[in-house]
Amino acid sequence: MAEMTMRDALNQALREELARDERVFIMGEEVAQYEGAYKVTRGLWREFGDKRVIDTPISELGFAAIGVGAAMAGLRPVIEFMTWNFSILAADQIINHAAKMLYMSGGQFNIPIVFRGPNGSAYQVSSQHSQALEAMYANFPGLKVVMPSTPADAKGLLKSAIRDDNPVIFLEQERMYGMKGEVPEDEDFTIPLGVADVKRQGKDCTIVARSLTVPLALQAAEKIEKEFGVSCEVVDPRTIKPLDIETIVKSVKKTNRLVIVEESHQFCGVAAEITAQVTEKAFDYLDAPIKRISSAEAPMPYAKNLEAAALPDVPKIIEAVKEVCYL
Amino acid sequence: MASKILMPKLSPTMEEGQISRWLKKEGDEVQANETIAEVDTDKATMEMTALESGVLLKILVPEGGTAKLGQVIGIIGQKGEDISQLLADTVETATSPETSVSAADSSKDGEKAKVKEAEKTESVAVKSGNGFETAVAEKEAEETDRIFVSPIAARMAAEHGIDLRSIKGSGPGGRIIKRDIEAALARVATLEVAQPVPTEVPVSLPFTPQREALYREETTTQMRRTIAKRLVQSIGPIPTFYLTIEIEMDKAIEFRQQINSTVGEDEKVSLNDIIVKTAAMALMKHPFVNSSYRDDKIRFYEDADIGVAVAIEDGLITPVVRQANKKGILQISREIKELAARAREKKLQPEEYTGATFSISNLGMYGIKQFTAIINPPEAAILAVGSATPTPVVRDGSVTVRNIMHVTMSCDHRVIDGATGARFLQTFKQMLENPILMVV
Repeated sequence: MAEMTMRDALNQALREELARDERVFIMGEEVAQYEGAYKVTRGLWREFGDKRVIDTPISELGFAAIGVGAAMAGLRPVIEFMTWNFSILAADQIINHAAKMLYMSGGQFNIPIVFRGPNGSAYQVSSQHSQALEAMYANFPGLKVVMPSTPADAKGLLKSAIRDDNPVIFLEQERMYGMKGEVPEDEDFTIPLGVADVKRQGKDCTIVARSLTVPLALQAAEKIEKEFGVSCEVVDPRTIKPLDIETIVKSVKKTNRLVIVEESHQFCGVAAEITAQVTEKAFDYLDAPIKRISSAEAPMPYAKNLEAAALPDVPKIIEAVKEVCYL
Repeated sequence: MASKILMPKLSPTMEEGQISRWLKKEGDEVQANETIAEVDTDKATMEMTALESGVLLKILVPEGGTAKLGQVIGIIGQKGEDISQLLADTVETATSPETSVSAADSSKDGEKAKVKEAEKTESVAVKSGNGFETAVAEKEAEETDRIFVSPIAARMAAEHGIDLRSIKGSGPGGRIIKRDIEAALARVATLEVAQPVPTEVPVSLPFTPQREALYREETTTQMRRTIAKRLVQSIGPIPTFYLTIEIEMDKAIEFRQQINSTVGEDEKVSLNDIIVKTAAMALMKHPFVNSSYRDDKIRFYEDADIGVAVAIEDGLITPVVRQANKKGILQISREIKELAARAREKKLQPEEYTGATFSISNLGMYGIKQFTAIINPPEAAILAVGSATPTPVVRDGSVTVRNIMHVTMSCDHRVIDGATGARFLQTFKQMLENPILMVV
């Protein structure tokens, strides 16, 4: 184990997979010579060269399409979007091609591709650069959606994503690149997709959080325990699709209460999906309506105070837990 | 802090209790779990114990007074404590219509008209001094028509047989939530252990006999359901019919004498003991008579737990001889003697007089030749036993004298048909006329 930032953990995963399998290559804007807009690909171009780490023009649809074609031809591309906001330009390739090729080719073409990059809010980058798009991608059959919340999870999940034979939407978080944590250095360390992780054990209320909201939920849980003696269990699904609903349901059956925290918008969101599944599978165990905390139903404001108000935070989580615990 | 002593539920069917004796006076020190009063329920005299230690500050229901379940009968607290507020509360909730109406008002906006109407009804009722309780009950029923309850609370209540209407929800809008059920269960647990006073809302639990006989259930057939429905429409919740049979008791009497010649004076068995045993053995051969009709199911008991009606000073109680089919006559006899003695002292515990699978009522000793008994639901039948009387009968063409006994079985027609009941009585008769058949 070594302590490192999430940025370095992702970098280590990429390096190990580039070294492990020569079919793996990285492509995106400024991923090579500039070493990535957020330095996730630092050192990789120098180490693996032009054929393995490729700079592209500012043309998301184009390089996403090259990635899908390369995957059909047997390579294992890792496509970086400078942020997921720009993936919207490439949505046709992701949704209409990568997600559907295996089905529409009658099983002839697997698309072992990873689309990765930062998702969600950053620091005052306003409406067009702060979107959390997991609900949109999770809505389409054929795509796996992964959202790590710790450096170790980031490394283990990215390696699994690259080794997976299907398209994986890998959603990082700009605010979390500098977050540090213990990371296993074993090259065979992977975390299977579709397995949730209980980040904190508790008995009174379940908080389901992902990506950036996991550390917020953990902070809130500590405060709630101290101030109100309420013990929260924090469940991180880690993979949004396939969703490990069993772990969530198991926790809810224990605590009878559920708060879901997310950075994306609420309507038709992941929290809505989890809510529906929990009421289907654990209705008789609920003691309170499920509470969702999502981003405000508005384009992200630029102003710092309004941005903060639009996002989930520790006090909002505490309020929600108090509400479902009838405090 | 002073708290109210409420009338607890001390028997499965109890709706009110009569204070037969206060063992403590106002001002007496009371220890937790100490008996403070004796309460006559509908079945027995039960001891009521204090839930907490303190001083009995006030007795609100005197000896001989009757209180409904959950009604305040006294106040316990610390010496010298001011209980005027508690007394005022008690009095107000019992008598002041304004209080309850304004409380209702705050929880329900936009129903002013209804509230006013209730007010009107109530003040009229109060003036007449009669029927007031009915008016309040009706208003409450209307308000609690729709219970708000969280799914897990509803499930827990169902599992533990808690009546949600007996619980006050602490969630928003009065929603009953998990902690309310847990609190109710905690109260019930204390109630079951020490039968003390519930501190707040009394919880009514349907009584489950603690030692119910094992049973299997079979889904009722459509025909059986239709028979049941039609018959109930015709004559009430338990469509009863009666079958009478004559039994020659000479051999049973001889059998009794044989047994009694081998045992001591205090172990002598009665004819009734033999009848109980015989019925139990016959029931094993006729499962429909040893059963219980439960709408979509018929419950067939695997053992015969026989309720034996015992007359007591001011009523009747049926202590149960469990698994009479597996017990010897001497043991049955011993148990009946012991149960009857305690029944007369009103010392039977609820599990000793509930949960029979079949009952027998014997008025032979009063010289009653024949009568019908009322079924004790959910049992399917009851046997009314008359006296065994020397009677001239014709045997082999000549008149001779035999001891003839008439028994009449009341049958729940939803589960027992005429022929089913008749076949049981045939077996019963054959066994009594030839006791050896009981061991065949």
